[in-house]
Amino acid sequence: MTEADGGATPAEGGSDAPARLSGSGLRLAYDDRLVVDGLDVAIPDGSFTVVVGPNACGKSTLLRALSRMLKPRGGSVLLDGADIRSQPAKAVARRLGLLPQSPTAPDAITVADLVGRGRYPHQKLLRQWSPDDERAVSEALAATATTDLAERAVDELSGGQRQRVWLAMVLAQETPLLLLDEPTTFLDVAHQIEVLDLCADLRERHGRTLVAVLHDLNHACRYATHLIAMRDGRIVAEGDPSEIVDAALVERVFGLACRVVPDPETGTPLVVPAARRSRVG
Amino acid sequence: MSVEAPRILPGRVVRSPRGRVALRVERRPFVVGCLLVVLVVLLAIVGIATGDYPLSPREVVETLLGGGDPSSAFIVETLRLPRVVCALLVGGALGLAGAIFQSITRNPLGSPEIVGFTWGSAAGAVLVITVIGSSTGAAVSGGAVLGGVLSAVLVVGLAWRHGIQGYRLVLVGIGIGLVTRAFTEYLLTRARVEDAAQAAVWIAGSLNGRGWEQVRPLALALVVLVPLALTLGRTLRALELGDDAARALGARVDSGRLALIGVAVALTAVATAAAGPIAFVALAAPQVARRITRGSGPGLLPSLLMGALLLEASDCAAQRVWPAQQLPVGIVTGAIGGIYLAWLLASEWRGRRSG
Repeated sequence: MTEADGGATPAEGGSDAPARLSGSGLRLAYDDRLVVDGLDVAIPDGSFTVVVGPNACGKSTLLRALSRMLKPRGGSVLLDGADIRSQPAKAVARRLGLLPQSPTAPDAITVADLVGRGRYPHQKLLRQWSPDDERAVSEALAATATTDLAERAVDELSGGQRQRVWLAMVLAQETPLLLLDEPTTFLDVAHQIEVLDLCADLRERHGRTLVAVLHDLNHACRYATHLIAMRDGRIVAEGDPSEIVDAALVERVFGLACRVVPDPETGTPLVVPAARRSRVG
Repeated sequence: MSVEAPRILPGRVVRSPRGRVALRVERRPFVVGCLLVVLVVLLAIVGIATGDYPLSPREVVETLLGGGDPSSAFIVETLRLPRVVCALLVGGALGLAGAIFQSITRNPLGSPEIVGFTWGSAAGAVLVITVIGSSTGAAVSGGAVLGGVLSAVLVVGLAWRHGIQGYRLVLVGIGIGLVTRAFTEYLLTRARVEDAAQAAVWIAGSLNGRGWEQVRPLALALVVLVPLALTLGRTLRALELGDDAARALGARVDSGRLALIGVAVALTAVATAAAGPIAFVALAAPQVARRITRGSGPGLLPSLLMGALLLEASDCAAQRVWPAQQLPVGIVTGAIGGIYLAWLLASEWRGRRSG
């Protein structure tokens, strides 16, 4: 178990090199409301890091700061050792991709066209299409099993297909780091698993580092290789879910009485909320 | 130079030998664009050929290429050509500005006349005509440009909150548009009758009597503005995906959008300065272009061509259908555009209800 006080060294991976993506002394706020104050975090390279916590704990805010959507009031986000805000926007976009919470597809855009727009940071004004773009788009479509949808209009697709297509767009960006803001929200359970399986594949087969904000603690325990549990803008615990998730942690983070049993499928922690009777008692 | 077909995306890639330049051209927008160019040229020839003293199309082409007799040269080069060129440039500028605004506001109604910039220009021009009493073309045009830019600064300033959001821009713009319109009408009620009449013609938007002195500054402005707008088109395509996705792709969201608004306002202002506030071209041209090209992007070039075509066609109609009346072209575009707008709203609404 790694309590989050230092936070500067990766919790796993065995490498001494600093993480490619980290934040130090982060102060994050919307208007006058301070959400996160003085937070240090490092995303272990090659991990599938999942951030969990109750509503308004600052998990999405943290992801927005890591993906430079939100300018920190204090502290800084470091990408490859340099402040992410001091680097050229396109250079960052070639290394760090983001799937926003609710992206909007233009009217009548086709899947191939949308995925192709992920190549923006690799293109120049006069060089708008290269063999690399071609390869990246076809690989992204194949990885998300959307090749057959390429000609279809995005607004005709089901929610699960649409989320896969957006993932394909971010994949076409070919960034080693991928940030996903609640990628499974609004999907039914089968499509949630489909998207998470895809994420696990991306890490295992393609060697990408992923960071996702998830609501479902059990999905987080099953898929994360590195779990970050947040409450009130602070990291309560982080590390391998099998090592850190127990009833005490869930009580501390979510204020929920529960039992934690091994997942019958994978052996990872499975959180079973206590029955109403025992909670009242 | 080579042409090859990408396997996944539609269209062809035109590539220079060493791959430094590689542009992807989609077939349908390309064909539509070529057709529009042909139609614009044909219509321009018709526009130059017809009138009180008709010329044959052959005479027109000969004269344009430097031949022909002196009298037809005078008719073409002094009387009719500047008017036609003015119509094409104004229409193109409005079509392009409309495409940019509609894409930024994500709203088919987000065109400059709805967002109030056109009325800002009108207020500026009417102020010059009625209060300062100057009716020289340059002074009125200057007033129009200044009025348009000032109202745009006001709208963007009031709509700004952590960047620009489309619907705020539209709503604030409608409000400012109503205020500037009321101000314009107040000026008209206070003006001398002759000034008011002159201002009323200007407000309707007209190409009557437009000469090279209107065309020259407009053409110069467009030589700068059009390439700038087309260059910013890539940012516009990224912005269509939403602010977060665009920023994640490395696009400059706030500064890019501000630059796009600046270019679109400038296009609207110089067009309005040359021909008055011509209604509905900026609104209709991008929508028609989008439906014909079936493109997903903002379609800047097709919108520009469509705007030029619409305005030249309206001007031909204004001159030929009621030759005695010298109808201001703005009234024709207003009538056509109004019908189109009603159809657009009705069909979109029906589509949404059934969908």
